[in-house]
Amino acid sequence: MAAFTPEVYSSMGLNDSEYALLTELLGRDPSYTELGMFAVMWSEHCGYKFSRPVLNRFSKYKEAMEGEGLENAGVVPLGDGLGITMKVESHNHPSYVEPYQGAATGVGGIIRDILTMGARPVALLNSLRFGPIEDGKAPDAIVRKNRYLFDHVVEGIAGYGNCVGVPTVAGEVNFHPNYSGNPLVNAMCVGVLKMDEVTTAAASGVGNPVIYLGSSTGRDGIHGATFASEAFGEDSEAKRPNVQIGDPFAEKQVIEATLEALATGAIVAIQDMGAAGLTCSTVEMASKGGVGMDINLDLVPMRENDMSGYELMLSESQERMMAVAEKGREQEVMDVFHKWGVHAVVVGYVTEGETLRVSRRGQVIAELDPKLLTDHCPVYHSEQTEPESFRKAAAFDPSSLPAIDPHSALLRLLGTPDIASKRYVYQQYDQQVQTQTVWSSGAADAAVIAPSGAKKGFSVKLDGNARWTKAHPLRGGQLAVAESARNVACTGALPVAVTDGLNFGNPTYPEVYWQFSEAVEGIASASEIMETPVISGNVSFYNESELGEIPPTPMIGMVGVLEDPSKAIGLSPRLGDELILIRTGQPLSAHQGLGASAYVVDVIGTEDGYPEAPDLAAEKRLCALLAKLASEGAINSAHDVSDGGVAVALAEMVIAGGLGIKAVLPAAQLAAAQLFGEIQGDVVVSSSNLGKVKELSEQADLLVFPLGTTTAGATLNLTGLFGELSWNLAELTSAYESAIPRLMGAADLA
Amino acid sequence: MKVAVLQFPGSNCDQDALKALRDDVGVDADYVWHNDGSLNGFDAVFVPGGFSYGDYLRCGAMASRSAIMQETIRFAKEGRPVIGACNGFQILTESGLLPGALLKNERQKFICKDVMLEAVNRTSIWTAAVDRTISLPIAHGEGRYVIDADGLKRIQDQEQIAFRYVSNPNGSVDDIAGVVNEAGNVLGLMPHPERATKELLGGNDGLLILKALSLVNA
Repeated sequence: MAAFTPEVYSSMGLNDSEYALLTELLGRDPSYTELGMFAVMWSEHCGYKFSRPVLNRFSKYKEAMEGEGLENAGVVPLGDGLGITMKVESHNHPSYVEPYQGAATGVGGIIRDILTMGARPVALLNSLRFGPIEDGKAPDAIVRKNRYLFDHVVEGIAGYGNCVGVPTVAGEVNFHPNYSGNPLVNAMCVGVLKMDEVTTAAASGVGNPVIYLGSSTGRDGIHGATFASEAFGEDSEAKRPNVQIGDPFAEKQVIEATLEALATGAIVAIQDMGAAGLTCSTVEMASKGGVGMDINLDLVPMRENDMSGYELMLSESQERMMAVAEKGREQEVMDVFHKWGVHAVVVGYVTEGETLRVSRRGQVIAELDPKLLTDHCPVYHSEQTEPESFRKAAAFDPSSLPAIDPHSALLRLLGTPDIASKRYVYQQYDQQVQTQTVWSSGAADAAVIAPSGAKKGFSVKLDGNARWTKAHPLRGGQLAVAESARNVACTGALPVAVTDGLNFGNPTYPEVYWQFSEAVEGIASASEIMETPVISGNVSFYNESELGEIPPTPMIGMVGVLEDPSKAIGLSPRLGDELILIRTGQPLSAHQGLGASAYVVDVIGTEDGYPEAPDLAAEKRLCALLAKLASEGAINSAHDVSDGGVAVALAEMVIAGGLGIKAVLPAAQLAAAQLFGEIQGDVVVSSSNLGKVKELSEQADLLVFPLGTTTAGATLNLTGLFGELSWNLAELTSAYESAIPRLMGAADLA
Repeated sequence: MKVAVLQFPGSNCDQDALKALRDDVGVDADYVWHNDGSLNGFDAVFVPGGFSYGDYLRCGAMASRSAIMQETIRFAKEGRPVIGACNGFQILTESGLLPGALLKNERQKFICKDVMLEAVNRTSIWTAAVDRTISLPIAHGEGRYVIDADGLKRIQDQEQIAFRYVSNPNGSVDDIAGVVNEAGNVLGLMPHPERATKELLGGNDGLLILKALSLVNA
C-alpha cells in the first residue's frame, strides 16, 4: 500500500498530524477504506477530540468512560422494574443543506439510539434555532430563507415522527440573527425499558453471527459525520448528497421487529448504524467487546450492486442496525425481522483476537485493531480566551434604559417569535399516539407521560437560552439546568436526570472554546447541586457561517419522575384561584433581572448585561416543593417565570386559562424590572389553599408573595411602580397566537 | 364479543386501539395480521390509524388490497360492525366499504388537536349513544373528506353522515368528520375515539362511540 497525499486525507477531514499518527499506530500505510474509517471515527462527531477534556467535568461521563461504557449509566429507574432512558442528538448541518430530510433523519437516528438500548421509544422532543423570520431583522432574502428552513425542518420532524408512531410532546423554537447561516436542529428521544433487560453494544462470543438489520445500503450520506464536523463553506449546496434520506415507514418496522427480536433473548449485542454507518457499528461493537470480527461486505443488502467496499463502509443510509446473535439462534432473530418485512442478513462472525477484517469481492480491504479507531483518537486542548464583550457587559445599567410604554411592551414581547405561541409548530406534530400523553406542548411547562403498565409517570422538557448563555456562559449553563428542572417541577414531577445537547461554534477559536468550557462548567455544577446527573449527551461544533459564530447554545433535556401522573398539573389556573409567586430569593444584581433579558434584547434592541445567577440549592428545594404541592393537591397550576418576566408569565396563564387575573407585583426598583425582569427561581402557582402553599414554602425556606386572584372578567390587571395597567384577553391572545402564523403567511390557527 | 384490531405494516394506532378496547371499553380484542385471510372467531373489526404501507401510492390504497381487507369486506357485507379511524377511515373508503375519499388538508399541513363533533344521524349503532357534542382528538395530514355532488346528496338523504365538525379543521365538504355505509354497520371517521377513553389523557368521549362494541351480540 502506498502513502496517501495530503489532498486525499484532508478531503476526508484528517490533518497532517492525524495522518502521521494513524500511520504510526498501524505500523504501515492505511488502505483507502481504512483511511476513510479513521477519518469518520476521528471526526469530532464520533471521536469528541475537542470536547472530551471538558466533558470529563460530567461525573457520570467520566465514570463511564473509565469504566464499562455509557450504556448502563443512562437509565433512570421508574419503579415496577421499569426505567427511562433518553438522549439528545444534533442534526444541524444536514438541516441547513436539506431541511426536511436533515431534520427527519435526526429524529430517526435518535429513535434508534434509544431502541438499541432495548427501550421502546415513547416520546420525542426537539429544540430548534433559526435566523430571524421577521421582516427587517435581516436582509429580505435571508428572512425568506429562514422561513423556508423553519417550515421545512418542522415538516421534516412531523413527517418522520408522526409516521413512526412516537409522539412529539415538547420542545422549543428560538430565533437569533447568528443562526441565519447555521440553524440548530436537536432531537431528543425518551424510551421506557425493563431495568434488567438493558441491552449492550459490546460484541461477544467467538463464532456468533453478526447480523445486518434494516434498509439496504445506498450511496447516501457518505462521510456525513465528517461533514457534520466541519464549518460551512460556500459549497454547502454541493453537499446535498451527503444528507441522508429518511424512511419512517421502514423505521416503524425496524422498531417493532427489534423489540420483538430482543424479546426472544437470542440477541447478544445490538447497535444503531448511525453516523459512520457500518464502520462505526462494527468498530465500536468489536472494540467494546474486546473481540475481532470478520465482515463480508458482499452479503450486505445494497441499493446498487456496484458499490465499492469504501462506499459500503462509509454510507450513512438510514434505518439500519447491527446485531450479534447467539450462535445457532440467528434464524429466530431473522424470522422476526422477515415477518416485519425488514432485511436481516448474516454478514460476518465474531472472531478471536482483536482484528476487524473487512472484505469485498474476495479481497481484504481493511484489517486493523478496532481500538485504534475508538481509543486512540487524538485529543486537543484548545486555548481559551474570555472575550472583551464579556467584560464590557458587566457595566450594564438598567436605570439608563429608555422608557417604553409598558402596556405596548407586554404586547410586543408576547408577539416576539421567541415568546409567541408555537401552536403553528406543535399542531403539526402527533402528540398523542401511543395514548400515554397526559400533558403536552402549550398546556403545561413540560410534557407528562403515563407509560402503560407503570404506576409512576414522568415529565420531560428540552430547554436552553442562548441569550443568557451568550451574555454569561457559566450562568447560561447553570440556568439551562435550573430552568428545565423548574419546568418539569411545574407539572409536579421531581427532576432526576439530564441529557445535554451542546451546540457551539468552531472549537479552535479561543473565545468559542471559552464559551464551551464555561457553559459545561455551569451545567456540570448545576446538575451536581440539583442532583440531576448528566446521563447522556451530544456535542456539535463548527456551527458557524459567513455570518459568524452561532450564540453558544447548550440545550438541556430534563426528566422528572411523577409518583402519580393523575396528580400532574398544567399552567391554566382555575376561576377562584389565588395566584402566588414562589421565589428562591437570592439578592438581585445591579442588572435587576434585565441583563440579557427578552425585554432588553427584543424590545429595546440591545444585547447587554448579564442574566441573574441562580441559587441552585434553593432551586432544588423549589423543585421538591412544587412536587409536594402538586401531589397533595395544594396547587391547581404552576408556571415558570422566564423570558419576559412575571408579566409574560401571568399573561400566558390568562391566555391558557381563558380568564382574567388581578395582581399586585412584588416590589422592585424599576417598573421595567418589576414587569419584565427575568428573576431566576420565580414560579407562579395558583391555588385554592393559600395557607398550605405559604406553610410548605416557608418550611422549604422559600419566599412567598400572594399576587392576587383569577377573575371572571377576561382582563389581566397589574399594579406596581407603573401604576395600574389592564390588557384584555382578546388583545393578549391575538398578540401571542397570531405572531408566528402571520410571519409564516398562514391563517390564524386557534 | 371479540374485536379484531387489524395490523398493517405502518399501522401505529393498533396498540392504542387494543389497549382502549380491552381496558376502557371492556371488550375482548386481539390483533389480526394483514396477510391473514380470516376473521373467524371475531364479532367486530377495528381498522386502526397510522401510515399503512407508509402511505405510499395513496393513503389506505395498498392496505385496501390486503388479504385481511378482502375478508373484512365480506364480513361487513354480513352486516357486522366495522369501525375505521383516521388511516382506518382512508382504508375503508379505498376498499369501497364507504363512499367518498380523503384528501390533503385544506391548509396542506398535518393537524393534531382536539375538535368538537356532533352526531348527525342517531340511527346507527355508532351514534346512538352520542347524545351531546363530544370532543375527540384529530391527528392527520389527509383528512379532508370529499365526495361528488350526487354522492353528497345521497349520503345526506340516506342519513349516512355520522359526525360533523363544529368548527371545520381541514376543509371537509359539509363539515363531514365521519360517515357510515347504507346499512349503518360500517363507520369511518377521521377523529380518534380510541385516544379519548380516559380522563387522565384528557377526556373519555370516545367511549360514547366505542361502547357500541360492547352491545354487539356475539
